[in-house]
Amino acid sequence: MEVRKAMIGFELEVKDLDFFYGGSVHALKKIKLPVHKHDITALIGPSGCGKTTLLRCFNRMHDLYPGNRYEGEIIFEGTNILKKEIDLIDLRSRIGMVFQKPTPFPMSIFDNIAYGLRLKGIKKRSELSELVELALRHAALWEEVKDKLNASAYALSGGQQQRLVIARALAVEPEVLLFDEPSSSLDPISTSKIEELVVELKKEVTIIIVTHNMQQAARVSDWTGFLMLGELIEFDRTDKIFTNPSQQLTEDYITGRFG
Amino acid sequence: MPVRSEELKCLKEMLLKMAALVELSIKDSIRSLVDRDSDLAREVIEKDHTINSFDVRIDEECIKLLALKQPMGKDLRFITTAMKITTDLERIADNSVNIAERAIELNEEPILKPYIDIPRMREIAQGMVRDAIDAFVNEDKRLAMDVIMRDDEVDDLNGMVLKELMFIMTQDPATVSRAMKVSYVSKYLERIADHATNVAEMVIYMVEGKIVRHMLPEQIEL
Repeated sequence: MEVRKAMIGFELEVKDLDFFYGGSVHALKKIKLPVHKHDITALIGPSGCGKTTLLRCFNRMHDLYPGNRYEGEIIFEGTNILKKEIDLIDLRSRIGMVFQKPTPFPMSIFDNIAYGLRLKGIKKRSELSELVELALRHAALWEEVKDKLNASAYALSGGQQQRLVIARALAVEPEVLLFDEPSSSLDPISTSKIEELVVELKKEVTIIIVTHNMQQAARVSDWTGFLMLGELIEFDRTDKIFTNPSQQLTEDYITGRFG
Repeated sequence: MPVRSEELKCLKEMLLKMAALVELSIKDSIRSLVDRDSDLAREVIEKDHTINSFDVRIDEECIKLLALKQPMGKDLRFITTAMKITTDLERIADNSVNIAERAIELNEEPILKPYIDIPRMREIAQGMVRDAIDAFVNEDKRLAMDVIMRDDEVDDLNGMVLKELMFIMTQDPATVSRAMKVSYVSKYLERIADHATNVAEMVIYMVEGKIVRHMLPEQIEL
């Protein structure tokens, strides 16, 4: 019964996932990982461990480069999203991504958010305005930009740009948001705003976050996966991982005693 | 930035020094009673401030490491355990001071009866403190468990002492004042053993990551 309950709570399930860069570099090895619905899952590990590679599998970002190859499955609502026939535009609107550096489009704040909505066929100005405001409110940016929606997105600070990008991702109502080190280029105040926002957002979306900052993983996530050399060493509740991990490698990593 | 092993070693050394002083305070407090040596009792009382300052220094060091290094996993368990252990050690020393105070009062009056069970209790309680600290330093959960098991012996002895003193008091009400003071001493020793048990329970947490406080010894699985 317990197992069944847990199964229902999965948003995504990674099953024996292998990933090869350019067809030869074996970057992920037999990854098995549940992603719990409306929880925050953090992926941690040393540089080159495969955490970002894994994150990019969830919305097929690797397909942008030729020769990359997936083996295994990632199940999302009963479908293996690694299948060839998956509509990637649709997939990426349902599983959005926020990158390390803010990536606003070279246009106004309003148009940044409206862009995805227009692609989805929403044309009516009043409807667009409503949805733009909603997205900006969800990203905790509305109060700061409501009087300058037509200003260039580049006029915003780094932290504001990152929240704008989050708002843009939220506007198309994704079910999952992927964060790739969302605050590594931000100052501590902006970082804590992003962290608060991420925690707030889990009411609406399932979140997977890659971070170099272990304290950040500890602060925001519910579940943590520790990767090394392309393998998932340990996956457990975040409090367990950071107070009493089961694997020696995890212990060595979180206490900073590697090698 | 990981916690450096020298920093953990330094913390361990401070706790060992503090524990050695605490052990001595237990031993001397009972000796001052049994040997009717009030000067020694006063020495125990005077030395307590050194133990208190160790308590403060260890706490400060732990807080500094928590704030600056944000330790995780085993390091986190070690540092939080050290913080709790120092509180128990400091309380043990306070109990020794209380024993020394009662000794000074009792030494002014004729001896009530030869002390037999109290030195025995002292020996067990002091051994528990020593072993609990050894268990901490060597991360030895079996030794910690052994300390927890010994607490009952001290409790039983305390019960016996109280029963005997009760009998003496009913036989001769003139002994009440002295008998009460001796019963306090017995109670202080019983408290010392309780604090040693707390330390041992924290050691099990540190090693196993499992909180075993408020459990019966037979419920603890290692």
